[in-house]
Amino acid sequence: MLRGIAVFTGKKIIRLFLLLATVSMITFALVAMSPIDPVQSYIGADVMRVGAEQREEIAAYWGLDKPFAERFMKWAGALIQGDMGTSMIYREAVTKVIGERFMHSVWLMAFAWTLSGIIGFTVGAAAALRKGSWLDRVITGFCYTLASTPAFWVGLLLMMIVAVWLGLLPVGLGVPAGMLAGSVTFFDYIRHMILPGITLSIVGIAPIALHTRQKLIEVMDSDFILFARARGERGARLFFRHALRNIALPAITLQFASFGELFGGAVLAEQVFSYPGLGQATVEAGLRGDVPLLMGLVLCSTLFVFTGNTLADYFYHIVDPRLRLEKGARR
Amino acid sequence: MALLEVTQLSISFLQYTKGSRQQTVTVMENLDLAVNEGEIVAVVGASGSGKSLLAHAIMGILPANAVYSGSIRYGGELLDEHLLRQYRGNEIALVPQSVTYLNPLMRVGSQLQTKLDGKAQASERKGLFKRLGLGEHVNRLFPFQLSGGMARKVLVSTAAHSRSRLIIADEPTPGMHPADVAEALSHFKQLAEEGCAVLFITHDIEAAIQIANRVAVIYAGAVVEVAPASDFQGEGEQLRHPYSKALWQALPGNGFIPIAGSQPSKSMDLQGCLFADRCMSAVDSCMSKQPEPRQLRGGTVRCLHAT
Amino acid sequence: MKQASSVVTLNGANRWNERRRTFASTILAAIFLAGIAACSWLLGSSGLSVQLENRNLAPSMTHLFGTDWLGRDMLSRTVKGLALSIKVGLLGAACSVVIAATMGLMAATLGRTVDRMISWLIDVCMSVPHLVMLILIAFVCGGGLKGIAIGIMLTHWPSLARIIRAEAMQLMAAEYVLVARKLGSSRLKVAIRHLAPHLLPQLLVGFLVLFPHAVLHEAAITFLGLGMSPHQPAIGIILSESMRYLSTGMWWLAVFPGLGLLLTVRAFDKLGNHLRQLVDPRHTHL
Repeated sequence: MLRGIAVFTGKKIIRLFLLLATVSMITFALVAMSPIDPVQSYIGADVMRVGAEQREEIAAYWGLDKPFAERFMKWAGALIQGDMGTSMIYREAVTKVIGERFMHSVWLMAFAWTLSGIIGFTVGAAAALRKGSWLDRVITGFCYTLASTPAFWVGLLLMMIVAVWLGLLPVGLGVPAGMLAGSVTFFDYIRHMILPGITLSIVGIAPIALHTRQKLIEVMDSDFILFARARGERGARLFFRHALRNIALPAITLQFASFGELFGGAVLAEQVFSYPGLGQATVEAGLRGDVPLLMGLVLCSTLFVFTGNTLADYFYHIVDPRLRLEKGARR
Repeated sequence: MALLEVTQLSISFLQYTKGSRQQTVTVMENLDLAVNEGEIVAVVGASGSGKSLLAHAIMGILPANAVYSGSIRYGGELLDEHLLRQYRGNEIALVPQSVTYLNPLMRVGSQLQTKLDGKAQASERKGLFKRLGLGEHVNRLFPFQLSGGMARKVLVSTAAHSRSRLIIADEPTPGMHPADVAEALSHFKQLAEEGCAVLFITHDIEAAIQIANRVAVIYAGAVVEVAPASDFQGEGEQLRHPYSKALWQALPGNGFIPIAGSQPSKSMDLQGCLFADRCMSAVDSCMSKQPEPRQLRGGTVRCLHAT
Repeated sequence: MKQASSVVTLNGANRWNERRRTFASTILAAIFLAGIAACSWLLGSSGLSVQLENRNLAPSMTHLFGTDWLGRDMLSRTVKGLALSIKVGLLGAACSVVIAATMGLMAATLGRTVDRMISWLIDVCMSVPHLVMLILIAFVCGGGLKGIAIGIMLTHWPSLARIIRAEAMQLMAAEYVLVARKLGSSRLKVAIRHLAPHLLPQLLVGFLVLFPHAVLHEAAITFLGLGMSPHQPAIGIILSESMRYLSTGMWWLAVFPGLGLLLTVRAFDKLGNHLRQLVDPRHTHL
């Protein structure tokens, strides 16, 4: 068992390394091919006051006058030492910007992830148990609609109704505007997280609900449920004791595997509510041509998705007895 | 009076056919069958004849798109959902036919133990495990860790309930080692001797006649003959229905004569006897009207000219 | 399980069964989409003009969706925006299908090394969040409609390519393909003559499934403001502009365009789902 975990972890680490290497190479190549002049975007509005000489100095400072391969090697070398360069917009180390932003985003995403998982699983299971009823039709119809709804539009509507009309929650930002960092309470953080969190969770509900519904219908039609029923099991006990474990496993796996969607959703939700997280930083970096930050964020989000997929895999291997006990135990 | 009495049972399914048209496909028509206490009635027939459906119909676990008519009586009372809730897994036990009837994610021991099971059932099953040669450790295994024969034994052990009065065994023996088959059969025999009614569904006629008192031969969803098990001997001359005879003669030990043709398709709308087009002795009258069951020499037969 | 008495004649009585409803909704979806295309074409560029005397009007009979702060008719802008989204979506989905088919067929026919490389590429592309990839590509292309279109074209293929690859692999093992290869058919010929025709239904379904994704992503990325000119009537831009006016109570700026987008995506999603069920009931997830 322990050895299995070690092999599993080792394989994953090698894979992660290869993945990050490939992604950084592709990203670097893409950016190098781009017609955008990084010096230009760095200078921005000061374009009139910067002379040609200064431009060259800046270019030399960033190493932009060197050939592509050399630049990549230099960048990759720094990356391995944990240095992703300096963000052009924030004028701080990329790692620091990402670290700070991540702390904001991670709570938002964790909140939304849990919420969408619980809601999705519950409504999906309810729909399957009442298959064909009005409840099922309402839930599936709602989920399909949700799946075609742009998340940021839901965010806009929520903001309009809850924050503007009803005035229940703040319109945006991570903390109250103009307040000193020291006087921001935990409660303030929570209040600012609710709307973006709900917006973000909406993206995740439909897939998990529809998947759970499908799985549970299959399970309820299966022979072993038939047999459990033939032995007098029914109602809540039949569901909780004989069916729940069979649908919880794929649902949790799916939920872990959805980290990519979660990150994408966070980009949109944070943009709507001006929430100072990774997503907003990604948009800023893309809009204002902050190449080091953008590349750092691409790698960071890749790592994030990889973590989700690995957890899903790992979880499956640990919980599903068919995989856990594959070898041995068969007598 | 019989403990289990099935009269005029018909089962059909709602299905989509071409494009968006729905139709009902009848898979069982006017099936009659009775099982007394202390008696083993074997139901034999080729696969696809509707044997398992009969078991599921009695247990009230047919799929949602199934429609049935006719009546199933248990102890003289109509066996409806209300009554079944009292009896399922309790007075009426089902032995299913394959390992897929076990939840792949649950340990054997924990899934066999149902809400209704008490200490008596647990200790009885323990004894049965021993008798069938299953070790204690089997309780802690997951179904995928069981070999085919072990899985069968585990399933057979679910019929060990001291309180059961009716046991429906759906193909309990295939895949078992011959010695284990004998053990399983003797287990059912013992259950019958203790007063249980056993409905033994199988395609293995030889196993059936070893333990059954009576044998019901089922063909295309109808019982064509019910005969005492002792009638299955020699050339099958004691048998009443041509299909039963053919089935008997098709066995390796009895001439190995194959039956020409195949079972009629479920959706076919047959006017006459279901077996007519494969029957050696069919005449014109067989094609026009389905024969009603009639008593003959201590058995029942659905054939116009059986003697 | 039902008792038989309630079921009498199923053929005649139950006219509106599931399949027929499916068929009807598919037709409705098609009509809706055709309507948008036609309206957008008929409208030309009227209604998009600035009419300051008509600004900030709530929905009424003359302006069904109201007007914005420059007096532009929101109905026209919405229809125009949807038409643009559909255009980009169609382009993106079509391009993705072509890439996916090429990749899948190459992986299946060109041997292990190519297969490994393509599988790895698919894995890599799927391991970067989709939206981040889009932002990156849009940024690299220098923004604008072109950047967004290229981004959408280049990022939707991996999931479909994976399916096509698996299917093509299966076909490669089929008897008749083996025979054809033994008889000396070249790999290209095998791919085009023997594999591609069988993959067509999958590709069609893939197209219809990818299309709503592409439309949603187009809206999302224009909403984020990547490079498009603010005068371009794209749904994302309309919605992101509306954000500034939400606090003044001009709800119609956000509600109607979003609803239009929702309906468009839903319509195609429905169409794709139904078609997928007809073509292949096994693949319920892409």
